[in-house]
Amino acid sequence: MQRHLEIRTGVYRDSVQLMQVSQAVRDRPGVSAALVAMATGLNLELAAGLGFAAPPGARPEDLLVAIAAGDGAALAGALSAVDAALAPGPAPAGGPADVPPRSVGSAVRRAGADLVLVSTPGRYAVLDAFDALDAGASVLLFSDNVSVADEVRLKDRAAARGLLVMGPDCGTAVVGGVGLGFANVVRPGPVGLVAASGTGAQQVMCLLDAAGVGISHCLGVGGRDLSAAVAGRSTLAALDVLDADPATELIVVVSKPPAPEVAARVTGHARRLRTPVRFALLGPGRPDLTAVVEALGYPVPTTWPAWQPTAAPAPRRGSLRGLFAGGTLCAEAALIADAELGPDPGRQMIDFGADELTRGRPHPMIDGTLRLEALAAQVTDPACGAVLLDVVLGHAADPDPAAALAPAIAAAGRPVVVSVTGTAADPQGLARQAQALCDAGAAVFLSNAQAARFAAGLVR
Amino acid sequence: MNLNPTLVTAGVARFADSLAQQGIAHTAVEWQPPPDGSVDALSTVLADPRRAGANAEAAARMLAAGARLVDVRPAREVVGLEPGRFCHAGPPVTWERASGPLRGALTGAVLLEGLASDPPGAERLLAGGRVEWVPCHRLGGVGPMAGVVSPSMWVWVLHDEVHDRTSWCTLNEGLGAVLRYGAYAPEVIDRLRWMGAVLGPALQAAVRRHGPVDVKALVGQMLTMGDEGHNRNRAGTLMLLRDLLPDLVESGLPSADVARVARFIGGNDHFFLNLVMPCAKLQAAAASGIAGSTVVTAMARNGTDFGIQVAGTGDAWFTGPAAVPDGLFLGGYGPDDANPDIGDSAITETAGLGGFAMAGAPAIVRFVGGTVSDALRTTREMYEITVAENPAYPLPVLDFRGAPTGIDAALVLRTGIRPQINTGIAGRVAGTGQVGAGLVNPPLECFVAAVAALADAVPQ
Repeated sequence: MQRHLEIRTGVYRDSVQLMQVSQAVRDRPGVSAALVAMATGLNLELAAGLGFAAPPGARPEDLLVAIAAGDGAALAGALSAVDAALAPGPAPAGGPADVPPRSVGSAVRRAGADLVLVSTPGRYAVLDAFDALDAGASVLLFSDNVSVADEVRLKDRAAARGLLVMGPDCGTAVVGGVGLGFANVVRPGPVGLVAASGTGAQQVMCLLDAAGVGISHCLGVGGRDLSAAVAGRSTLAALDVLDADPATELIVVVSKPPAPEVAARVTGHARRLRTPVRFALLGPGRPDLTAVVEALGYPVPTTWPAWQPTAAPAPRRGSLRGLFAGGTLCAEAALIADAELGPDPGRQMIDFGADELTRGRPHPMIDGTLRLEALAAQVTDPACGAVLLDVVLGHAADPDPAAALAPAIAAAGRPVVVSVTGTAADPQGLARQAQALCDAGAAVFLSNAQAARFAAGLVR
Repeated sequence: MNLNPTLVTAGVARFADSLAQQGIAHTAVEWQPPPDGSVDALSTVLADPRRAGANAEAAARMLAAGARLVDVRPAREVVGLEPGRFCHAGPPVTWERASGPLRGALTGAVLLEGLASDPPGAERLLAGGRVEWVPCHRLGGVGPMAGVVSPSMWVWVLHDEVHDRTSWCTLNEGLGAVLRYGAYAPEVIDRLRWMGAVLGPALQAAVRRHGPVDVKALVGQMLTMGDEGHNRNRAGTLMLLRDLLPDLVESGLPSADVARVARFIGGNDHFFLNLVMPCAKLQAAAASGIAGSTVVTAMARNGTDFGIQVAGTGDAWFTGPAAVPDGLFLGGYGPDDANPDIGDSAITETAGLGGFAMAGAPAIVRFVGGTVSDALRTTREMYEITVAENPAYPLPVLDFRGAPTGIDAALVLRTGIRPQINTGIAGRVAGTGQVGAGLVNPPLECFVAAVAALADAVPQ
């Protein structure tokens, strides 16, 4: 057994890429363990778990390479695979002596940019967001783990400069037809969204797309924007941006119910706009997202797209198990399950995208490993009546989520219901994904609310 | 907010890839985390609403500063140096911590002033605490290498009319065994005596006959002639000689003195360095004392410590250990003979010259260990950590882009790019003199400490 541990300085790669590198090296013949990761406390613990003692002086900005291989040749091959995977891309345009921008502000000034997509780790993301605002660009802040105080400071700085902060923890936006973050490919059209909820906004956009209604823009504001502390700072700014946009004929605000004093302020502001504003506020006793879309006044299909397997799932008494990648989709399903079934201590509605389940690993919309393990565990759980899943398609999401899910669904031993948030134009293809899941035995719905009701019906 | 935005991405490569898949052009930041332990202070500083305006003010003042040579006089008159008091380069340092070349230069200065009759006597005096030495910067001046100034030495006097500030620097002795590199042999002292008796008065007569010389304009011209103003000053030296020679000839001094003075200046390619330095000092000092500004106003080394000052904290020094330069060595000398970095001459880089203007000095890239591409890349990298471009210092090879000016301490931490300094290398043993020339960077600790102090100074 050959063990190799080294620290490389001055090399930073994002965790998603490094997990892909680690996986690729781990899959090589003769390699028994591989961890290529930034030397954060968490990753040093992971290395320790593989039997690699933390090297002295390792700092979070250093790159850790830990590999165990059967022999020297396997180790050498693994190391050269690491080097190849970490090698920089082609030189930037402008000649060999040109240098890439090393800070957000520099990139904004060089490109004359208006909008920066910041997805750097949370403790640094605030720095990058301030840098963007000071350079004159709005920010889509994908990163989470940003404090409320920093969020308020950023949004106040943006207001002072006539800019917008979308986020933090903003997973999706569509601006000028460009999908940012996790985004479905939707047709252009009259509806503008202001979204405090990423997958909620994606569900609304996909339902509208299925109804033949297009989207002008979808501006994220971050999940806490309508809280008392943040007081709708970005929501108000985003409403003004869409109100001034001639392409937007109707604005839909998608959020959890706001804090009462914030609700009054936002609805008051909305009434003064020229553009009509509707609210999709998920909460007990409120309409679900599908119902909101149906009530917007646009023609909608008599039945939303759905795919039923040839052998219909048999009802089975037991508890509902919701295994979700989208937080809002999970919340909507939980509200519907409560309404349809009443309380059930055995019911589990798990959001695998929640902070505590994504620490040190990619979002489940990119890597569904953890959820697949949970799905596989249901077969041995006698209390499980049916499993409810979501699949979110679009740019940046898993290129073929059905490929991994279909065998797991076939082997689940329980009825499986899936909501697929996607469009025909998504790179993965809504119909192709839905059919593959359906062929594996799942009942598949575009409407997350319908999927939840169907699943509730199976265990009632 | 522009709804048809030009985009920048920072962070997860997957989102940048997704834009590429959509056929959307964007600029990706080559991102890396700031040093561990500096994140909180950096956040505070970047969130400081004063910073953008304060740095703009610092840049405006640096670009506006003028530098005219107005006189040549003994240091005791200009600086008020009394017998037994000396100036030196870099931040304050005790005899115990002083490096070989600084000890050697102080020893030579004591001998020059007649305070001791031989080197051992001079060292006893210096070690005994009966004489004192203060940084040149504290008295508004700058000194190359050891930077030792004694009362009888003559200095250039430069004036910034815009900000009504004066700076000064000694007359350059030439290369090899000279006091500023720590040599104090009899020929070194003899040369200094001639400089005080003949060179200084001759230059005074010439400058007073000629009238003020616009040194800033000469620096701008030398950059278009292959000088970078730190390790190459050949064009600047010849232009100064061209401007002063007629008045020197007409000064009425004996023709033998005039010839020796002209030969001395013409034979020392670095003669003009001692005018570039106070010119740069006037430029940098113009930005000093601007609350909230993170712009560096001095970089200086005493052979033991590297120190910086920043605009927002006035004349406070932030220090770290001086590194040994990497470069080429004279004759039989090698890296083991080199003293750590020394001298106030990094004021040139502070003002956008020297290493920052390396793209303009292709003739010396090999001397400082590189290729022309390296020189271009170095200057381009320095734009990543500076707040302004100086139109008075255009670089022809970069399409007359102004030299990168005004180092932002926050950007140094944010990008991990350290200022590039071109420098001479002193022998580590007192009395040796110059052993080579090369490249060096400040330790990051200086910038970490400076940003921490700037963060402490942010109003709550």
